[in-house]
Amino acid sequence: MKSLLKDHARVMHAVQVSGEIAGRKKLQKMIYIAKKISFPFQERFQFHFYGPYSEELTLRVEELCNMGFIEEVKEKKGGYYQYKYALTDSGKEFLSLNEVDMPCLQDCLTDMNGHNARFLELVSTVLYFEGLPKEEVVDKIFTLKSSQRYTNAEIDEAYEYIEGLKRKATLH
Amino acid sequence: MVYSAEKLEEEKVFKDPVHRYIHVRDRVIWDLIGTKEFQRLRRIKQLGTTFLTFHGAEHSRFNHSLGVYEIVRRIIDDVFDGRPEWKQEERLLTLCSALLHDLGHGPFSHSFEKVFDFDHEGFTQAIIIGDTEVNRVLAKVDPDFPKKVAEVIAKTSANKLVVSLISSQIDADRMDYLQRDAYFTGVSYGHFDMERILRVMRPKEDQVVIKKSGMHAVEDYIMSRYQMYWQVYFHPVSRGAEVILTKILHRAKHLYEQQYTFAHPPLHFYTIFNDQLTLQDYLKLDESVILYYFQMWQEEEDAVISDLCRRFVNRNLFKYAEFDPAKEYKKLAELNKLFVKAGLDPEYYLVVDSSSDLPYDFYRPGEEEERLPIHLLMKNGELKELSRESEVVDAISGKRRTDHKLYYPEDFLLDETSKKNIKRQIRALLEL
Repeated sequence: MKSLLKDHARVMHAVQVSGEIAGRKKLQKMIYIAKKISFPFQERFQFHFYGPYSEELTLRVEELCNMGFIEEVKEKKGGYYQYKYALTDSGKEFLSLNEVDMPCLQDCLTDMNGHNARFLELVSTVLYFEGLPKEEVVDKIFTLKSSQRYTNAEIDEAYEYIEGLKRKATLH
Repeated sequence: MVYSAEKLEEEKVFKDPVHRYIHVRDRVIWDLIGTKEFQRLRRIKQLGTTFLTFHGAEHSRFNHSLGVYEIVRRIIDDVFDGRPEWKQEERLLTLCSALLHDLGHGPFSHSFEKVFDFDHEGFTQAIIIGDTEVNRVLAKVDPDFPKKVAEVIAKTSANKLVVSLISSQIDADRMDYLQRDAYFTGVSYGHFDMERILRVMRPKEDQVVIKKSGMHAVEDYIMSRYQMYWQVYFHPVSRGAEVILTKILHRAKHLYEQQYTFAHPPLHFYTIFNDQLTLQDYLKLDESVILYYFQMWQEEEDAVISDLCRRFVNRNLFKYAEFDPAKEYKKLAELNKLFVKAGLDPEYYLVVDSSSDLPYDFYRPGEEEERLPIHLLMKNGELKELSRESEVVDAISGKRRTDHKLYYPEDFLLDETSKKNIKRQIRALLEL
């Protein structure tokens, strides 16, 4: 069957294949990175104070929570709240009736989900500036992300990680 | 005198229905307004298809851009000038960024961006950095100046204070469009005491904050924003018009890919369809060009594109029903099948539109460092997030209110000259 509510279904599929995603920031970065390595997510991202962010994605997730397809659990963690996302049974039923064709997404998202939000923020920032030479990207990161105190080694790791993810995305 | 400091012999003023006057004294600003890329904004409506609901909403991105410039000019010249946290040498950068922040918007840009997967922000950057009149004016200030302006607009500038004047949750962009859109739509929402807000804005490290004494004016602004979303920006009739517009663009692309022979070939779309759009091609697009094609395509042999264009041009829009995806997705699947049987392609004639498909955003307090919230500056110098201090804002911010509509051509479903039984089944499902 042709997928209904295609854009919603893609986000649900992402949550399903990830198992559970801890943190709004992490969810934003995972979808952004997936989109940048060519998965067809439609949400548009802009650069905000803390890196690429999509208001459309925030609203889409709110809609899915309201529909009862995604469950959002609020947990107190240290001095702030963290939100965890997982697909509900009715979300699974919806997806079973509306296939989403993104065969290698699971490998990529599972890999990303194994990293922390801080690293994914770095990866998404590198991808945001991917049209620039590496030395300019490094300058941008040191300037715009000074509070995160990323090291050159971490930035190199982010570049390598992106190459690995791109290979994964084209394996299938 | 160096170009960046050059003043016009006499101040120029634009009469403006929202701010009364827009004042221009800087030569650079005057020259930017005169460029062809900025003048193009006169031919791009600020609110896209909203004029089909609120007939006054014919105002352009040109009006709005001047308005944002004027608000920023007042903040800098009347409030920030002389304060230790503000560097007056950033004045021209801030004014130019304010004036040019929407430069890359295309015709009906929200629909265009969705269908063809490009973004106006990228074009804004390309116009400022590329071979354009705007670039030549900016480069006369300093060869690096276009890049600095582009970075402020892209929000990737290291100068976050300047960025936050133009793009934050209480910025000149929003303050202008709320008031301007309220004025031109004729609604009574959208008004707030901007003069008061400007007076209580303070530069603070890397952001603009609001003195606690101005909290009630900001509450009014947040309420106006909330009401404008639901009453104007999310208006179901405008959304219905945008659904048709989007489907026309989809259909045109589909027909081109199928090598359909257009009676009126979409010459201006070829590079878009072929994914070879250049900046110069993009700058030739405006709403008069797009509406020309819609006018001509009413005569196309393809029944879908001609019907959709007639609907758009003559404002024979789709009707809508409230739709609850969680409870009704099986019904939607059933409707899809029935539409096919009735001879209507559901891809074009049965459309779900969600609030997340719309380009507007609510005020959100800081959540895991996603977006910078509005901060109040307390008497002791401490900063507090707005919704923690204001019960009014807390009541409406970050609350989930989402909305889905199902659009369909009621006139077709009521016409019983063919497929009567199927149409009756559809009407029963739609509760018509």
